[in-house]
Amino acid sequence: MGKAQKLVQWSPTDIKAKMLEKYPPKVARKRSKQILINEAMENTTPEITANVRTIPGIITMRGCTYAGCKGVIMGPTSDIVNLVHGPIGCSFYAWLTRRNQSSYTGENNENFITYCMSTDMQDSDIIFGGEKKLAAAIQEAYDLFHPKGIAVFATCPVGLIGDDIHAVAKKMKEKFGDCNVFAFSCEGYKGVSQSAGHHIANNQVFTHLVGKSTTEKTDKYKINLLGEYNIGGDGFEIDRILKKCGITNIATFSGNSTYDQFASANQADLSCVMCHRSINYVADMLETKYGIPWIKVNFIGAEATAKSLRKIATYFGDQDLIDKVEAVIAEEMPAVDAAVKDVLPRTTGKTAMIFVGGSRAHHYQELFKEMGMKTISAGYEFAHRDDYEGRQIIPDLKVDADSRNIEEIEVEPDPVLFKPRKTEAEIEALEKAGFAFKDYEGIIPDMEKDTLIVDDLNQYEAEKLVELMKPDLFCAGIKEKFSIQKLGIPMKQLHSYDSGGPYAGFVGAINFYNEIDRLVNSRVWSYMKAPWQENPELSATYVWE
Amino acid sequence: MLLKHTPKEITERKALMINPAKTCQPIGAMYAALGIKGCLPHSHGSQGCCAYHRSTLTRHYKEPISAATSSFTEGASVFGGQANLLQAINNIFTVYAPEVIAVHTTCLSETIGDDLPQIFDKAIKEQKVPEGKTVLGANTPSYVGSHVTGFSNMVKSMANLAEKSGKKNGKVNIIPGWVEPCDMEEIKRLAAMVGVKITMFPDTSGVLNGPLTGEYKMFPDAGTSIKDIKASGDAIGTLALGEWCSADAARLLDTKCKVPCSVLDMPFGLQATDRFVDALRKVSGTTVPDEVAAERGQLVDLISDMHQYFYHKKVAIFGDPDQLIALTEFLVSIDMCPIHIVTGTPGKKFERRIKEITKDMPYKVNVKAAGDMFLLHQWIKNEPVDVLIGNTYGKYIARDEDIPLVRWGFPILDRQGHQYFPTVGYKGGIRLLEKILGVLLDRLDRDNTEEKFELVY
Repeated sequence: MGKAQKLVQWSPTDIKAKMLEKYPPKVARKRSKQILINEAMENTTPEITANVRTIPGIITMRGCTYAGCKGVIMGPTSDIVNLVHGPIGCSFYAWLTRRNQSSYTGENNENFITYCMSTDMQDSDIIFGGEKKLAAAIQEAYDLFHPKGIAVFATCPVGLIGDDIHAVAKKMKEKFGDCNVFAFSCEGYKGVSQSAGHHIANNQVFTHLVGKSTTEKTDKYKINLLGEYNIGGDGFEIDRILKKCGITNIATFSGNSTYDQFASANQADLSCVMCHRSINYVADMLETKYGIPWIKVNFIGAEATAKSLRKIATYFGDQDLIDKVEAVIAEEMPAVDAAVKDVLPRTTGKTAMIFVGGSRAHHYQELFKEMGMKTISAGYEFAHRDDYEGRQIIPDLKVDADSRNIEEIEVEPDPVLFKPRKTEAEIEALEKAGFAFKDYEGIIPDMEKDTLIVDDLNQYEAEKLVELMKPDLFCAGIKEKFSIQKLGIPMKQLHSYDSGGPYAGFVGAINFYNEIDRLVNSRVWSYMKAPWQENPELSATYVWE
Repeated sequence: MLLKHTPKEITERKALMINPAKTCQPIGAMYAALGIKGCLPHSHGSQGCCAYHRSTLTRHYKEPISAATSSFTEGASVFGGQANLLQAINNIFTVYAPEVIAVHTTCLSETIGDDLPQIFDKAIKEQKVPEGKTVLGANTPSYVGSHVTGFSNMVKSMANLAEKSGKKNGKVNIIPGWVEPCDMEEIKRLAAMVGVKITMFPDTSGVLNGPLTGEYKMFPDAGTSIKDIKASGDAIGTLALGEWCSADAARLLDTKCKVPCSVLDMPFGLQATDRFVDALRKVSGTTVPDEVAAERGQLVDLISDMHQYFYHKKVAIFGDPDQLIALTEFLVSIDMCPIHIVTGTPGKKFERRIKEITKDMPYKVNVKAAGDMFLLHQWIKNEPVDVLIGNTYGKYIARDEDIPLVRWGFPILDRQGHQYFPTVGYKGGIRLLEKILGVLLDRLDRDNTEEKFELVY
């Protein structure tokens, strides 16, 4: 396929029909609603079905609630001991496999990220219950490490056998006095994907950590960076830029995070949301309880980074900050421009497909645009309709039976700590100037007409899309990487970055341009066939002529 | 320091497992199932397990790992997963058209007590399994044993397909255990050299070390066919390599089809390979050709050439029991001293066997089954070693303690080669020693002063 003729024209309707052709009728009906041909519609956005149960046997890319909770949200935190209550697998597979980097190195910092801790449940624990073992494990972790916090995570069997992990956590917390112990009911079967785990993590972090710090943060321009997990050092690059601008990042949820950062998050004056899917719950709760407004930002793409910085500066409205931000952008952009100018001749006009978790399939389109590349198909594993269509549809969302049991917590304004950051008049003035609070427009309006948007893409559909649309690049995760590359199509992992990164911010953009140039233009894709396979007919010449 | 919170002082832990030297059953079952021709492994549980197992195998092999899942929801977790599995079987055969679906379970479906044979019966009755296709299953509860147990359970249910026609087919069954695809190739090569006709199952060679050609085949033309597995009931004997990985299947073949079996160590190193080749010869009544003796001689030659660098070097090893037993014997046989040995897989037999192999060694040996790498690290802090041998997770200890690491076992996530170059057999023994020597001599070159820096070793 490496040298196959590219289709000049393809009809999205035909492609969708071909993708559904092989399915049993019930499956075809269901998948039909999760495959959307993007249309330019007046005033509205086309509607997609998302956040619904996975079709058994379809070979989904999705993971589970535990992965969304422990793996994604809590995994990157360095000074909280993460203890998994379950058989060994869940803990083992989430051990250092997401590339959340930590700067808490050196002897004086606590960093438990390199450790994998589990109650390693045995059959006797399933039969007689695992609460005693959990309590003993918490005690042993406390005795060994004396951490500030111990987080306990439930896995599939825990809910079934009825272990009350919250009661155990509470008991141990009271016993220790100097160690916050709290638990997450993130059994793998809850919800339909990682997404439920995000929600559960958001609730518990907000309940047990946020607002617990008594140290006052007196810096200027205080923000929280929500939904940034420091994969491959993305968070380091964003922090570098923020610092250069004079903006103080109080708490990142949760890349390179610490107990104290979470505990101080209520002191920021603005929340900036990167990954909307995973953290919008905390953003909303911070606003309700403490009066911190939130805005959507995106630090993937140099232009997007500049735009986000300007948004933050506009919010604070201080001329010093606005000038400083402009100065930083002016200083950073020449290197970015030089890098993009270098790769453009080799990347312009190439096509990409992006199928990643719950936010990157949107964010990375910025980088591809900057490189003159077009995203012809994209989708999420586990995003909800608001991530596709925009938050304005939230009032219309119906929670179905599979997700109904994910706890919604009620938050009220804190009697002491609630403080509106802006007056109503200030908010109105900002909105008049085009400033959108608490807003995310979703992936669909950003994609071109006739592109294909697919929710919960599976193995079969991935192969079909590649076969029919012949992209120059396919972006997804480790499970997809090698089947796509066997087809001769370069594949970029946008979860792990294939050990590369950072890709956020200005430095990240340069890294990404060079990486994609290397990947799509590698000579290896021309070696699929041996000479004797390319010309199997023997001709009448001898090789030595 | 990457593992700076690990204290030198060892305190007893009864409940907390830290840095396991094992993972859970289903991944082993998934790996074994991939060694069946035309087989799609299926994970009967919530989908997170399947995603994790596929990811880990993919990171190890750098190859596509296909597997489906029942994708349990909360409802199914309470009321049973039968409907999910029936749907899955129907969807899999319709969309992906494998010859075989090999179902394994997780802690979820095991805790709720789903009955696989009953669900399979229903699937067949409802004509969800097309004519001529196979569905098989193994119970693989994650809260029992380890990934090795899961591998063994799936191999056992493969053996359970064996049929007896009453006429021996003159073949020898080889159950290779959890070794790399290239190891399976090497075992087949050795058997062919000795002139023994074999049926090997599972066989992942050609499945998990395939070429890049511009075509993707979810089911490559490799693996052991169901026909051959069924015919294993007519074999003249079975050689099971590895007590933990392969013995259950071999014993089942013996009781079910009266195929006599020997359980051997995995053929890593000189003596275990000697016993394997000798067993092949005896069971089939063939003569071992000179080429095999020559390969053996090359390994012995290497040992003698480089003995001074191996002699009394202390080694810490961790991994899976069958592999560790053979490795310990190999290291002891060349006068290296494995002093800290940990497997995460339970089994008291392991400790007994290691103690027996190391009883004449000049150092005290720490050995633990159902141990973890946290304990291993503490042992190393108390009694340092010259080399660490184990999977990729060893690199954290290796860096902290400045010990050369030889990557061997599962999973290897950060190097290539393990899927292509065998470490079983005499050839594999040569490669393993070359790897050990490589890190020892690199260390010597790094540590020697400029005055002592040598050209020739």
